[in-house]
Amino acid sequence: MSDAPKSASPAPSGPDAGAQMSQQTLIRVVAKMTIPFILAFGFYVILHGELGPGGGFQGGVILAAAFILYGLVFGADELRRRIPPPFIDACMALGALFYAGVGLASLLAGGNFLDYGMLAPEHAGDMEAKGMSLVEYGVGLTVASVMVTIYLMISERRSTLRPGEKAQGL
Amino acid sequence: MINPILILDMFLLLLVAATAIAVITVRSLLSATVLAGIYSLLMALVWTNMHALDVAFTEAAVGAGISTILLLGALVLTKRFANREAAIHPPALAICLVTGALLIYGTFDMPTFGDPNAPIHQYRVPEMLDQEVGKHPSAAPREQGHAHAGHPQDDFNGHVPNTVTSLLAAYRSYDTMFETTVIFVAGISLLLLLRRRREGEDGVPASSAEQRGEPREGSQP
Repeated sequence: MSDAPKSASPAPSGPDAGAQMSQQTLIRVVAKMTIPFILAFGFYVILHGELGPGGGFQGGVILAAAFILYGLVFGADELRRRIPPPFIDACMALGALFYAGVGLASLLAGGNFLDYGMLAPEHAGDMEAKGMSLVEYGVGLTVASVMVTIYLMISERRSTLRPGEKAQGL
Repeated sequence: MINPILILDMFLLLLVAATAIAVITVRSLLSATVLAGIYSLLMALVWTNMHALDVAFTEAAVGAGISTILLLGALVLTKRFANREAAIHPPALAICLVTGALLIYGTFDMPTFGDPNAPIHQYRVPEMLDQEVGKHPSAAPREQGHAHAGHPQDDFNGHVPNTVTSLLAAYRSYDTMFETTVIFVAGISLLLLLRRRREGEDGVPASSAEQRGEPREGSQP
């Protein structure tokens, strides 16, 4: 991390308080080391939802925990810079849309809504399992982005943007 | 011989009860938040002990993880200490006692924990648990004639060994879909209510430094 020495700046206060934590080397290093593993574990839980414990919801929350840890350590503005809020909003809708889309696809394939087996009638059993995995991915996407949104919304200090203030990622 | 699992369970549940009492008696909201996280972690251990791994997973991830952070975030915006209140609120105590007694009375009708003759162990579950484990091509065929002809009694043909996921994503997939929609709507509502809007827009009054009663912030980016 190419942090310039911030000795000249006064003690952070008010809106800058989030930046304070990233100046502590230990927290910064530990967060940077653990976040990839948390992300990998979250993806593992989502992708293996039908084989082991967990699923879309649990995996999505774990993914969100990685992003929230990043936001806690480096500040919510930095998190907003890394994953722009319009992107998170889109993911929120896309997850739910994907779930319903799988249902609609099986409807168009001639089955009932969310009758995954009809997506590939020759291998209905296989498709049953794949359909369950697919909807779990949708759940994971929605849950992760909603949790990150909740964190971002709660971490904001003021409810309005003042004239001339630069909006971060809006 | 006393069952060691039972001893562990009782120990954990005593800790859970102690933590719960501490949460409601402590006045510092920060301590209460951290204690609530500990409560969730202990409950996750209890669920693991009962082999309810999916529930334990959710409890640890949501209860001990996310909700603690969200409560801490809410704490930044409010006071550090709760108002002093009367220790005992008689109507609330009465309602809790009556509800608790009813719930305990309800458990008398339930089969003993782990009873092999309980209905859940007699119907459907044995077939589901006897399924072959894993995604493999030798699953029960469903392709005679119509796709639903020759459909075996287990709907997922041995493909999804995690029964919880099977129930949530196949048997109750409508339910899960609208649960996802509920989460989505919660996110949308948050965006509508809390997203920062520029002052001077429609419905957003403009404020000046004098109105806010604070010195002009010179270091504003």
